[in-house]
Amino acid sequence: MKFRAKMVDVGCLNHFTRVVNTISKLTKTCTLRLTADNLFFMLSDKVANGGVSMWCELSQANFFDEFQLEGVTAEANEIYLELQPENMSRALRTAQNAKSLKVKLTKKHCPCLTLAAELPSLSSASRLVTHDIPVDVIPRRLWQDFKEPSVPDFDVSIYLPPIKTMKNVVDRMKNLSNHLVLEANLKGEMNLKIETDLVSVSTHFKDLGNPSWDDDGSQGPSQDRDPEAMAHARVDIKKLQQFLAGQQVNPSKGMCNIVNKRMLHFILLHEDVSLQYFIPAVA
Amino acid sequence: MDCMVTGGNVKVLAKAIHSLSRIGEELYLEPQEDGLALRTVNSSRSAYACFLFSPLFFQRYSSCRSPVFRCKMAVKSVQAVFRSLSSLEKTVERCRIELNSEKSRITFTLHCKHGLLKTHNLSFQDCESLQAVFDRESCANVLRAQPRLMVDTVLHFPSSLEEVSVSVQRVNECGSGNHVEEEAEHSKAMLTELCLSAEEFEQFTVSCPTRITFCLKEMRGLLMFAESSGLPVSLYFDEPGRPVVLRLTESVLEVNFVLATLSEDSHPSNHKNNNTERLPNPAPADDFMNDDIDSYLIAMETSELAPGGSGCAPPRDTQLRARATSEGEEEEEEEMGRPANKKFRSLFFGSMLPTSSQVTNQTLRSQEVLASDSENEEEGNS
Repeated sequence: MKFRAKMVDVGCLNHFTRVVNTISKLTKTCTLRLTADNLFFMLSDKVANGGVSMWCELSQANFFDEFQLEGVTAEANEIYLELQPENMSRALRTAQNAKSLKVKLTKKHCPCLTLAAELPSLSSASRLVTHDIPVDVIPRRLWQDFKEPSVPDFDVSIYLPPIKTMKNVVDRMKNLSNHLVLEANLKGEMNLKIETDLVSVSTHFKDLGNPSWDDDGSQGPSQDRDPEAMAHARVDIKKLQQFLAGQQVNPSKGMCNIVNKRMLHFILLHEDVSLQYFIPAVA
Repeated sequence: MDCMVTGGNVKVLAKAIHSLSRIGEELYLEPQEDGLALRTVNSSRSAYACFLFSPLFFQRYSSCRSPVFRCKMAVKSVQAVFRSLSSLEKTVERCRIELNSEKSRITFTLHCKHGLLKTHNLSFQDCESLQAVFDRESCANVLRAQPRLMVDTVLHFPSSLEEVSVSVQRVNECGSGNHVEEEAEHSKAMLTELCLSAEEFEQFTVSCPTRITFCLKEMRGLLMFAESSGLPVSLYFDEPGRPVVLRLTESVLEVNFVLATLSEDSHPSNHKNNNTERLPNPAPADDFMNDDIDSYLIAMETSELAPGGSGCAPPRDTQLRARATSEGEEEEEEEMGRPANKKFRSLFFGSMLPTSSQVTNQTLRSQEVLASDSENEEEGNS
């Protein structure tokens, strides 16, 4: 099992850092899956267990100048690692003006993902900073736990307003309530609502637009659904806030699928990066 | 004592106080013939810091008539005098420090713009002299660098990190000595290592390749001062277990920080050797020394010691017991002793015992890995 990659472009490094920062804001530990073409950051808390899940996909070619991977076997040419994204984010933070960054899988006191950055120095020789991030290598028999989540059989799918706007609203609401109801219909309307004994607050968004999912074959909302009818899910406001607050990759497109009373499925797209986030509904 | 600080030197003094406050809770003030000494020691007595301002630093300086005057006070209260560095720079023109030993008051008078006077009267306690025993001249290794380099180096380590290691290799033919810093933490933590070339240092004298580990917090305290003053920082050190001295000098100012380093193994006999070798005057129980035992690397000498009475180190056991009883009996001592112990243990035993072999192996291994990596790379490129 071997993995080695190299990044030289500062833009790529910054972009990658932002992605990792976003992930580290969302979860303490996650799984990093490496394939010949892609990197995946995955959070495997099952919705059924009441936790959130996350799926972030990056195309390696958009970030790395070199990318060598040798998986367990030729036919299973992949590597699954469990790591703490916070470590990776910290390591990348100190490598911000690096001339080059190398990432490789190493065997030190324990298996490590080693980030080595070449930094400019006062002399002709570069400074070399290396961070050994301890990882757990996930055995092949457990790989099946990390399948890409399928787009759920949602009732309503809607484009999101700017994440910042949503965050500002949710931040305020968080002071008032622990739970929030997100509802939307097929007319491009979305509401964020909280309700407590003392106060009810709702924020209305309109003309957001509804993505059409017909062409990729997944089950979209049934045709006979009343466009005015709201599908809703009541979620833990902290989980939603965490998702909104962690966003550093200013997405070009964001959408939300609502499975009525079951869960929220967020999808953020930014050029080469896609991030999916699932928040289960609470009663 | 009566002295007057003017202009930019007020800020230097203020920075020194802030820097000292990062280390200890008490400020030891001693007006000497050769200048005003401000000292502190941390609660576990593993770090000692001293700023000596020469008489020329002051516009006017007169030390005490009675030559043995010394006092200590809470560093926080002195810090309060110089609280805001930025407003200090803008408004304060002069600062007068006066000692009134009859009233047991030390008075800081800040002469500000528009004739405004701010007077702080602080009470103090008499105390013994605080003096770490160290001999930087005998240190085999000396590194001197601009503070910027040190600050940039430390920046790579998380602020929560407690200890940092410095390892040096002898300058080889190609002149590429390496300076490696590494986190000495248990296996689940991220390890960070930074290699600096010898060329980046103003002075790089390594006659004994070694690796030492010490607390980062105190070093950060010194760097804070060094960065603002722009003075190069010198590191004097030897084998693990011997203190590292961080030093900054200027014509009117001398700063020494002495930090304990982890000893290579925590074998008791080894400690004893270290002790006797290290401390020509190991002080027996005096209230200052009670929680200062074994390997620790910094011996605090008290001036009140009878010169004859300090011939040999008391056996370890006695010292330990002495501490135990003093903890039991004196509340104050206990309060101070407890956290110190904890820290002490974590500093010298907690991370020492389980990992000492591991840590040394790690360096070896990581270095091997580094070497083989570059080999691989060449293969990959060709």
